[in-house]
Amino acid sequence: MMATEQTTNAILTARFAKMTNPAEVPTYVDLAGYQGLQKATTLDTAVLLNELETAGLISRSGTGENIAAQWQALAKAKGQTKYVVCNANEGEPGSFKDKALIQKDPLAVIEGMTIAAYFLKASQGYLYVQGEFPEFIENFATALNNAKAAHYLGTNILGIPGFNFDIQIMVSGGGYVENVADAMIPALEGRVGKPGRKVNLVKRGLYGAPTLVHDPETFANIPVILRLGGSAYRDLGAKDAGGTILVSLSGQFQHPGLYEVALGTPVQDILYQADYGGGSTTGKPFKFIHVGGQAGALATPAQLVDCAYTYSDFHAQHLTIGCGVIVAMDDSVGVVDYLEKVAAFYCAESCGKCLAGRVGSVRIKEQLQKFQRHAGVPGDLRYFAHTVDHVAERSLCPVGQSIGNAIFSGMKLFPDEFKQSINWDAPETKEVPW
Amino acid sequence: MATKLKSKTMPTQYGRLVDCFDIEAENGQDERSRSEKKTAARRFLVDLQLSDHKIECFGCPSNGNCQIQQDALATGIYRTTFDVPKHSTVGAMDTSSPFIDYDPEKCILCGRCVSACHLKQNRNVLSIAGRGFNTQVAADFGNKINDSICESCGNCVFACPTGALTAKDHRKYRDWETTKMQTTCPYCGSGCQINMIVRNGEIVDAEPANGAANKNMLCVKGRFAAYRFAASKDRLTKPLIKRNGKFEKASWDEALDYVANRFSQLKADYGADSLAGFSCSRSINEDNYALQKMVRVGFGTNNVDNCARVCHAPSVHGLGTTLGSGAMTNTVKDITTDVDVILLIGSNTTEAHPVIGAQIRGAVRNGTKLIVIDPRKIDLTNIATLHLQQKGGTNVALLNGMMNVIINEGLADEKFIAERTEGYEKMKALVADYTPEKVAKICGLEPTEIIKAAEMYARADKAPIVYCLGVTEHSFGTEGVMSISNLALLVGKVGKPGCGINPLRGQNNVQGACDMGCSPFDLPGYQKLNDPKTLPKFEKAWGTKLNPDIGMTSTQVLPAAKTGKIKGLFIFGEDPLVTDPNTSAVREELASLDFLVVHELFMTETAQMADVVLPGLSYLEKEGTFTNTERRVQRVHQVMKPLSGVMDDFKVFCEIAKRMGGKMDFATTSDIMDEIAAVDPAYGGISFDRLKAHPNDGLQWPCTSPTDPGTPILHVDRFTRPGGKAVFMTLPYEAPNELPNDDYPFMLCTGRELYHYNTRAYSERTPGIREKAGKGRDLSYIEINQINAAEMGISDGDKVRVSSRRGTIESYAAVGDVVQPDAAFMTFHFPDGNSNFLTNPATDDIAKCPDYKVCAIKIEPVKA
Repeated sequence: MMATEQTTNAILTARFAKMTNPAEVPTYVDLAGYQGLQKATTLDTAVLLNELETAGLISRSGTGENIAAQWQALAKAKGQTKYVVCNANEGEPGSFKDKALIQKDPLAVIEGMTIAAYFLKASQGYLYVQGEFPEFIENFATALNNAKAAHYLGTNILGIPGFNFDIQIMVSGGGYVENVADAMIPALEGRVGKPGRKVNLVKRGLYGAPTLVHDPETFANIPVILRLGGSAYRDLGAKDAGGTILVSLSGQFQHPGLYEVALGTPVQDILYQADYGGGSTTGKPFKFIHVGGQAGALATPAQLVDCAYTYSDFHAQHLTIGCGVIVAMDDSVGVVDYLEKVAAFYCAESCGKCLAGRVGSVRIKEQLQKFQRHAGVPGDLRYFAHTVDHVAERSLCPVGQSIGNAIFSGMKLFPDEFKQSINWDAPETKEVPW
Repeated sequence: MATKLKSKTMPTQYGRLVDCFDIEAENGQDERSRSEKKTAARRFLVDLQLSDHKIECFGCPSNGNCQIQQDALATGIYRTTFDVPKHSTVGAMDTSSPFIDYDPEKCILCGRCVSACHLKQNRNVLSIAGRGFNTQVAADFGNKINDSICESCGNCVFACPTGALTAKDHRKYRDWETTKMQTTCPYCGSGCQINMIVRNGEIVDAEPANGAANKNMLCVKGRFAAYRFAASKDRLTKPLIKRNGKFEKASWDEALDYVANRFSQLKADYGADSLAGFSCSRSINEDNYALQKMVRVGFGTNNVDNCARVCHAPSVHGLGTTLGSGAMTNTVKDITTDVDVILLIGSNTTEAHPVIGAQIRGAVRNGTKLIVIDPRKIDLTNIATLHLQQKGGTNVALLNGMMNVIINEGLADEKFIAERTEGYEKMKALVADYTPEKVAKICGLEPTEIIKAAEMYARADKAPIVYCLGVTEHSFGTEGVMSISNLALLVGKVGKPGCGINPLRGQNNVQGACDMGCSPFDLPGYQKLNDPKTLPKFEKAWGTKLNPDIGMTSTQVLPAAKTGKIKGLFIFGEDPLVTDPNTSAVREELASLDFLVVHELFMTETAQMADVVLPGLSYLEKEGTFTNTERRVQRVHQVMKPLSGVMDDFKVFCEIAKRMGGKMDFATTSDIMDEIAAVDPAYGGISFDRLKAHPNDGLQWPCTSPTDPGTPILHVDRFTRPGGKAVFMTLPYEAPNELPNDDYPFMLCTGRELYHYNTRAYSERTPGIREKAGKGRDLSYIEINQINAAEMGISDGDKVRVSSRRGTIESYAAVGDVVQPDAAFMTFHFPDGNSNFLTNPATDDIAKCPDYKVCAIKIEPVKA
């Protein structure tokens, strides 16, 4: 784990450095822990929902859902049994915020889930977590046991009759696609983690019951909102969304690592300020940054001069904040080489279910490798563009559908690098049949 | 709650953030319109699929019937435009199975085979394994198909839309050269519909058809072994007369005259009752009807029987007595769809009736609870809620015990008992004695198991009883059947959907052979000889005088041959030397006959002892009908030309009867069915013409008039027994005829296995079957418990000597925990160690069915 920096308004990482054993309940309670849950149990559900709405919390998993609207839909959903699921299957390369929370402040995630359970009258929760990090799982399990021993989990929580909630850890086999509910729900049910039927979490989620699914960061925000109040939380952030967000900086940053950033902070600050990324290791300006993870798009720093780190500003640039990933590269990196690695990631993480994802990702990678060898001929670039476009259109789930984001943005920003890989004197060999 | 919040979901975070950018176009603008892109997408996907496909259409069995070819044709993409450095990374072709090939490089991973395996066959062998580009269909955990638990049913092959999963038989023909003809499977009584695939008059393959009983499924025998035997080179083609100990070829005229003369002479010398005929329950109804008519009209005796005698005769007699009709009361679909509990007694369904077994597995997958009562740990016990592994031969005690529990707990259906049954009080008094504690001791079970089973069955809304030869083939088999009837009547689970008493008939047409009157007690349609109305009716219909005396069963005929009471015997398609208990005695009995005629497809062991052997025709060469276990009369079609020079079987019977002075003639099998309809009320509405309109579901008897749609469930309003009420029988438990002692310490049970069928006349002529059968050795085996094996120093596969009071054979040990300690199990399929040298010919008193399921043996290791 890389260095974790504090900002003045830290709400998610505030406890990180102060706790020697983050799984211990008393330490957590001393540091404002469980105040959110206490508050929640005194509130009427409508009021609680109102707080969430005022807070303007947007899902930090990358899907961009409005949390208040989602909670309301689930509260209304028919069904005696409802589930609360925390999807900690953080598979995005360059993202390490959920692992940090699970490791350094597990009780905040547990408290968030417990509030959700109180709100939805759910009695069973699951933590779906990658098996690659057994020490995190162990830490989380200890926190669960401690919470149970302190009666923050189990039966009659806080002495409220009928407020029963427990959390079970489900270890995943790993798989990028399992960040998508369509694949995560079957995996949680003990089946293969591939998208099968379209999962509607409100109507038919886990075991056919309404299911609330968030990432750990979103859950960790819930107690803060209740503790500070919706409007105070909102004031921390920007006009379109409240609060702070964990940003994972990696690539050629001077100071790579995890940062808690208020939504609305200028992007230039995050990239270059000494408190944050601190510019490139080589001192040269960044050539491009890749935001939002592998599924996001590339951008040049110049493009983001007046851009704040907010959802709406990013969207205007056809970018995404996603799960808070920023990968930065300086001009020593060729864009074709970079994109070949992105394509290789898609090949490795294709679940194999649909033809476009399974075979298409491989064909895209092969064509990028051809460009790396400068073996292209006229017509190849169009053939390549159409291949990527069709794969993105014909993939079954958001994994394959997002394959074009990095590639097309890269082609748009650096067309010359692609053109260099073509022998323009060679005869055009192939007409694109599709 | 507040008004619905406006879902301020942020605009798409992932998905398509960036549009297609075409560097080679002006401004990078993608020039295609939306609709152009949409139509191009299909071409793209076909191209993509072809880039990962082994294209060798000329060598591919699915050429001409392939989803990829169709898509290529529809899009005009015939070869991939990708520069493909390599095909997919999946493994090489799996040709390990004797029946099925899997080529992962031709697989489109549609998952239909997996669905067929999981949801139809319910075997869960195949699954989609691996990720991304390495995804492929795997058997078990990535084994070769032949090393997996695959049963080679071939239903995955039928589901495959490309050449990935293909039958080995398919390598040699292409679909466009062939035609399909539907017929009924000739193996067990399930009555599966098969499409025979014919090229130039030769059957080259078979695939499932959508019959009512099989729903597009087949088992390994039906799929791969139902046709090769008919084209086998060792078929009999000419009548053979034994002269000076040697068979000599003869013309039909000569042979038929000889047969008729010899039988006539014996009849003149010793009387009509010195003759007998055994009919063939593998053959069509029409042949069976003609044979019994030949025996009754030509021979002038009622000494006619069929092989139901050695399997389900107790069901016919037992259920005939208690309910009035000795057949399965409900349909296969009915007892495996949406039922709460299935009570399975003495049936190794997944091996003996594999397609019904698969449907039981399906029912369990859908939530049905399964109770298995069987002394062996059969395959279905793996998914059973409860397995009562009782000692062999204790059925009656166990069933009495269950009834005791039901009565004591007040679970009996008093209303049903009062309104629709008689004899209850007497039975109630008897079973009061059979407390669970007492019964548990007899059966070697825990009392709680008996109580739980009784409660589960009695409390269920819909609970059919399914049983098979584990109930009937005992020295008290009929009593066992009647006990089952008692149990079902006690809780009122008869005459209702999803309930009933369901004997699974062993052979394709054993139900039909019984229906046709191939029985010494009954004329066609179970019309009793001892009913004064029966004989005049048939004398009028057949225009001849009939013998009024009840005849002898097959199990009585053979011993009577030795005593000289029976002099002449006509055997149609049976091989008693292999199938009947105590082989040494059967050989002596057959040898003491004056004149033996065997009408057969092949030179069987029995045929070798005959004086005259007549060649017969297989089911593939006839038009006719089979009646399956659920009373469904289904068509059998002539798929191939009859073997040259071989007469129609029914014509042979007509000729013999005529030459013996009987009045009997038929032109076609359709005419025979018309006569059956005229004399048997249950078949009254059935004709070939009408069956044409029911190609997939046939007609279920009773079907009394041309407008009667048939009867799926028997006894709905009243029982067919005279008076309309069912009767409870009072049946005390009696120990089996032969129990183990110090000299013969093991209790032997016999049965069938999945791959071979009975005498294996059909199955052994398919080479792949022999690769899979007999634990992969095609040799006999005896299942022994591991505890006994360890005590005797026997390891799996060791040669052992097995002896009973009647004979000794050598076989190979199959050590495991399928049988209990001190028990053993053998099949009678293998000539190297036929269990019938050991089995006990003692029969039950009513149906005269021998006790194949219990005999005492000893086992000794054979030192190499």
